[in-house]
Amino acid sequence: MRTVAVVGASLAGLSAARSLRQRGYDGRLVVIGEESHRPYDRPPLSKEFLAGTIGEADLALERDDEELHAEWLLGARATGLDRTARAIRLADGREVRADGVVIATGAAARTLPGAEGLAGVHVLRTLDDARALRDDLARGGRLVVIGGGFVGAEVASTAYALGLDVTVIEAAPTPLAGPLGETMGAVVSALHTDHGVRLLCGVGVKGLSGERQVEAVLLEDGRSVPADTVVVGVGARPCVDWLEGSGITLDNGVKCGADGRTSLAGVVAVGDCANWYDPHTGTHRRVEHWTGALERPAAAVAALLAHGATEPGVPRAPYFWSDQYGVKIQFVGQAAGADSVTVEEGSTDDRSFLAVYRRAGRQVAVLGMNQPRLFTRARKQFGTAAS
Amino acid sequence: MIPACRLADLPRGEAHRLDIEPPVSVFHTDDGELFAIDDTCTHQDASLADGWLEGCEVECPLHASKFDLRTGAVDAPPAKLPVRTHEVVVEDGMVHVRLSADAPNLPPCISARLAGGAA
Ligand SMILES: Cc1cc2nc3c(=O)[nH]c(=O)nc-3n(C[C@H](O)[C@H](O)[C@H](O)COP(=O)(O)OP(=O)(O)OC[C@H]3O[C@@H](n4cnc5c(N)ncnc54)[C@H](O)[C@@H]3O)c2cc1C
Ligand code: FES
Repeated sequence: MRTVAVVGASLAGLSAARSLRQRGYDGRLVVIGEESHRPYDRPPLSKEFLAGTIGEADLALERDDEELHAEWLLGARATGLDRTARAIRLADGREVRADGVVIATGAAARTLPGAEGLAGVHVLRTLDDARALRDDLARGGRLVVIGGGFVGAEVASTAYALGLDVTVIEAAPTPLAGPLGETMGAVVSALHTDHGVRLLCGVGVKGLSGERQVEAVLLEDGRSVPADTVVVGVGARPCVDWLEGSGITLDNGVKCGADGRTSLAGVVAVGDCANWYDPHTGTHRRVEHWTGALERPAAAVAALLAHGATEPGVPRAPYFWSDQYGVKIQFVGQAAGADSVTVEEGSTDDRSFLAVYRRAGRQVAVLGMNQPRLFTRARKQFGTAAS
Repeated sequence: MIPACRLADLPRGEAHRLDIEPPVSVFHTDDGELFAIDDTCTHQDASLADGWLEGCEVECPLHASKFDLRTGAVDAPPAKLPVRTHEVVVEDGMVHVRLSADAPNLPPCISARLAGGAA
């Protein structure tokens, strides 16, 4: 292999580039990224960076002395993949020929129809989004967060600490029921009400009102919630539009094997854009967590360099964390399909506990709140128990 | 030298945190060696004593950075800077730590808090 192109210059792309070099690949390495920034870390964008406790330089993912001998094409959006010419087309008309391709284009924030052009309305996915939101939060006032998922909840928690008046609106009856299940979704989202942040559940958003600046969020039940700033936190969609027509199989992202191998030889997919086969569950899943984007590229790069002659190993169970209102939330495994969840240490009332999810008596997930030590031990055991 | 704990109270595979500023932890490896390093991860505010000890490496409990206990070096990201290492001395069954004179690499969120506190 003489040229490998990595498309997407964020966590998964950087991790793939590092793995290529670690595995001794010494050919040409081109990293293509739509954003003009060098790879930076997203989790702090809703936490420390939004709070102003860390700056932009602290977000850098690369070490100062790191040298990957890569060509970085930043501010360059890929618009197509030509499987016969083995080339990636860029928006500015350039073409990058490569015999190996790593797709790491991640995900983009979903928006609300009708929110365009209204000042004070934000999504949060990129550094530029975070800068704009931070400036608006600095004015204080009333913040309405649409969506009680992790990013929305973290923004609410940060804005609360900054002294804003915060309301969270969630369409489902219980926030976080998808990733955590009903019981624990209710426990974790009670952090809002613990702190006097209003949480409105089971009600959809009809629209936004305001001439040029947003003034209120209109609910489907007729209520209107006044707002100076609105954050739309309604999830993310995989950035794979640029692959339409390339012949690669797309289905909720790039459909791929446990080791990232796609339907095209010489092309692997990693990170938030990859819908990979999970041998634990026997299904494909697209996991939007930091740790997977960091760790899974190693296996994908191994498969790419071996021309698919490797056996996909068993991937580690997905892990994520969230920080809200000073509480550390950690989760490993999959809550969907669990038939029980029991608190095994601590208590939910104290917001400090370890809970185990089981299906037919077998452990399928572990949740920790403010228990990093116990959680770490449970997570290590989880890896062995689940395999 | 700062007394940490009795050696008999620190089983292999465990860590003991000294609540000094900044905190320092002593690790007793499965092979019976003792190492002391700064307890706070250089990435963010996590206690490495809560982490996972394997061989001469500790893995951070939050985002899995790995540090070499012998040198303090980062073996796995996201941390970018090493932790300080400190000398461990055992005398009469007591574990002591002789603190490094180097400046610690505290994570940016803590440096900001300390700077804010000093101002
Ligand atoms: C605010 C926020 C907070 C988060 N907090 C946590 C957390 O606490 N814990 C946790 O586990 N996870 C968290 N996450 C999720 C985590 O950040 C993601 O899982 C991770 O960033 C995924 O990395 P990635 O490289 O796959 O994708 P991304 O980080 O989305 O990067 C993809 C990159 O590809 C670029 N790109 C897209 N299309 C193209 C194209 N056509 N051509 C060229 N480049 C392109 C994009 O511009 C982007 O830079 C958070 C995410 C956000 C947004
Ligand atoms: S706090 Fe240690 S790796 Fe992030």
